Amino acid sequence: MTSFHGPATFAPNAATELQLLPLRFERLGANRFLVANFVGDLLLLNEEELDRTVSLAIAPGDGLYERAFEKLLVTRKKQRSQLQLLALRLRSRMSFLREPTPLHLFVVTLRCEHSCPYCQVSRRSAERDRFDMSEELALRAVNVALSAPTPRIKIEFQGGEPLLNFELVRKIVGAVHERAPARNKAVEFVIASNLALLSDEVLAFCQKNDILLSTSLDGPADLHNRNRPRPGGNSHELAVAGIRRAQKVLGRSRVGALMTTTEASLTRVEEIVDEYLRLDLDGIFLRPLSPYGFAIKTKQFERYDGAEWLAFYERGYFPEFYAALLLKRMLSDRPIGYVDLRSPAGIGLGALVYNYDGKVFASDEGRMLAEMGDRTFELGDLRKDDYRSLVLSDKLVGLIGNTLAQCAPQCSSCAYEPHCGAEPVYHHATQGDAVGIKPLSEFCARQKGVLQLLFEILDSGGEDAAVLRRWASG
Amino acid sequence: MTPLALAGAAIAVSGATPSERRMVLRVRDPRSVAEIDDRDGALIRDEEDLLAARARRFKTAVFLEGVSLPDDADGFEVTVRLGERFDHLGDGDIVGLDPGSLRLRVLYRRASKHNSFLVTERCSHYCLMCSQPPRNVKDGWIIDEIASCIDLLDPATDSVGFTGGEPLLEWRRFIALLAVFRGRLPETAVHVLTNGRAFAAEEVTAAWAALGFQRLTAGIPLYSAVDAVHDYVVQARDAFDDTVLGILRLKDKGQRVEVRVVLHAVTAPRLRETSAWLALNLPFVNHVALMGLENTGFALANQALLWIDPLDYQADLACGVDMLRAAGVNVSIYNLPLCLLDRSVWDFAVQSISDWKNGYLSECDGCAARRRCAGFFSSGRPRLSRGISPIAAADLQRTLSGHGVVVGDAGS
Repeated sequence: MTSFHGPATFAPNAATELQLLPLRFERLGANRFLVANFVGDLLLLNEEELDRTVSLAIAPGDGLYERAFEKLLVTRKKQRSQLQLLALRLRSRMSFLREPTPLHLFVVTLRCEHSCPYCQVSRRSAERDRFDMSEELALRAVNVALSAPTPRIKIEFQGGEPLLNFELVRKIVGAVHERAPARNKAVEFVIASNLALLSDEVLAFCQKNDILLSTSLDGPADLHNRNRPRPGGNSHELAVAGIRRAQKVLGRSRVGALMTTTEASLTRVEEIVDEYLRLDLDGIFLRPLSPYGFAIKTKQFERYDGAEWLAFYERGYFPEFYAALLLKRMLSDRPIGYVDLRSPAGIGLGALVYNYDGKVFASDEGRMLAEMGDRTFELGDLRKDDYRSLVLSDKLVGLIGNTLAQCAPQCSSCAYEPHCGAEPVYHHATQGDAVGIKPLSEFCARQKGVLQLLFEILDSGGEDAAVLRRWASG
Repeated sequence: MTPLALAGAAIAVSGATPSERRMVLRVRDPRSVAEIDDRDGALIRDEEDLLAARARRFKTAVFLEGVSLPDDADGFEVTVRLGERFDHLGDGDIVGLDPGSLRLRVLYRRASKHNSFLVTERCSHYCLMCSQPPRNVKDGWIIDEIASCIDLLDPATDSVGFTGGEPLLEWRRFIALLAVFRGRLPETAVHVLTNGRAFAAEEVTAAWAALGFQRLTAGIPLYSAVDAVHDYVVQARDAFDDTVLGILRLKDKGQRVEVRVVLHAVTAPRLRETSAWLALNLPFVNHVALMGLENTGFALANQALLWIDPLDYQADLACGVDMLRAAGVNVSIYNLPLCLLDRSVWDFAVQSISDWKNGYLSECDGCAARRRCAGFFSSGRPRLSRGISPIAAADLQRTLSGHGVVVGDAGS
């Protein structure tokens, strides 16, 4: 029998054959480095291992060569497969760019019967004529939305409280059903509502038109009602009743909720999660406050920092939608259409916002800023613009040019960049600059914190890692 | 545990033209067959068969040992006598026979779900654990032999495999054979076991895709996500690079690909990493099979290097399956008995061992899970895990209800 060759026969010559592939790293602590390959696969190394990897002082059998090769950090110079894998994976991850503008927000009214001190959209309480969208503008917005190149669009009704202008919601849905088939568009609808005004009529309409409901639930009654005042002080009672009725009529998966973290929430994450469990909700979105509208005016935004929020977030161990989103990016190359976490940013290319007054914005936060007097992210007006003129406008092209995290200072060298995205509106609002200085950014601190937390759990293996993998596969 | 005899020698052959190097023979039940092809031979087990064969004017008779009737050869142009090892042959089965040397191989068994054609014994790899050690022989005639029996196959055959050696060494002839096969059996699923390196060449992948064969799968072994480990296992430099490129090219052309990872002491220690790598880099393959080792061929020679008790990678296997499943990959466990698997992955274990070399141990007699268990290879010299033990009925029930598994559903 012919003899077999030993492993050494198949080992590369490190000096002449090996080559380093692009990598980025982040120091996690003393002698702990998180190393990321070009598409964000993560590997934990100590300092000596990192040094040996970058100087290619590695060889099969030492355990480090194996880890570096599996994570696409090194290749042999003649090999094609490592580069092909990186190329095709990057192409998958960026393929959301092939289907521009999947999300269309209709601000059908700015009025709301709630008076939340953290309201980020600066809601109004009166003047229907001034703060409701007109039918004429709404129909123009439908045409703009249906002109987006992507075959699937989502239309989300926002406010204020959109149910205060339900008649217009009805008309928009009717117009979309009429016009979408000719353009070969599949359209999904969501109403973002506090559910206080949820009537049988609204529910029947949602059921008939397959409309999802997205609501706000900040936790147990005392916390929720404190965060979300309304006449009668019964916001929680109405939200809970609304969720239950919607679950019954539309189905359990057709209604979701998200919470907004205030200073009062920080110590109560377990109770908040329990409230979601009690209501048989699929998961939770633990959302920090954003620096817009009343949240700034009433100083709610500055009551806690990134670290305090992270400490709160870490304890919220329940299918959490933001974590699920990040995990999908860490564990797969599926292009994630989430418009707030893209590079280039989702402004215009991910979403367009049609404001009650006919102005069109590049993002929801952009219109929140406009209510504060800053019109940086206003792209045009429904009275004169169409999809092309909005998306190809010099203004949007200029804004997007500043949102490539791949080459932005401090992002380009960040290990987490492949799983993150640009946040131009946030950085414009907080630092007066769309790129921003990342070490001063709470957004950046939160992103790094959450991503590290998720990595550490995944890397520890065991049951917790399996649970997180399950979140990502949903 | 002994495997069915699929190769061996005939006791005697008479009447065959000496110029014929090999003949293809389909055995028939003389009492029930409707039409007779020139290549059909009546399978004769008793006098009634003999009378029927004569009445139907069979030119060829195949006698099984023990059948000895006076003047039994009378009236047949060709007679073949086979030992009782070939008693398993039945109506519609096909054998290839060399009348000179009496060597014969069973090419196709109609009643089996595990028909596999060996295309060549030559291979560009020399895997440490090869169950079919390659030989550098001139065996180009095998493709012709397979081609000559395709029209004898039952068109209702559900699936057929092609294996080697490396079937794509003569890729033009082999792909032409697949085209003939598809013309005759368009509904049959075809699984080709290949090292995948040929597909690194665009020309080969294009010809493969041009077959337009919906149910054609390339089963490609990939033993590690580390080039040096894979190349060592297959004993060929640059194999990893070619194979991964080949998989990517096939998927780029929309072809079906199965990745096969054989677990032994060289590959199992990185099973978690290999699974994580597959989940991240090749989640679009159609199937991943994580496979127990068949202890035969080179695996016997390299036993000291390769043997690992499956119990020692049980947790890694469960974790690997979980990672692949979470990534949406269709994953199965092949060749491992249920008693060696973590309960959480029983649902993924498949009865994968070909019927002719599948066996069970005496321990299995009292096992409640035997009916859905892969069992053991009866080929080679089976080496047994310290973890083999019968599963109690109550235990089985608890596991199944715990995981919502329907008995009889082999997963995937």
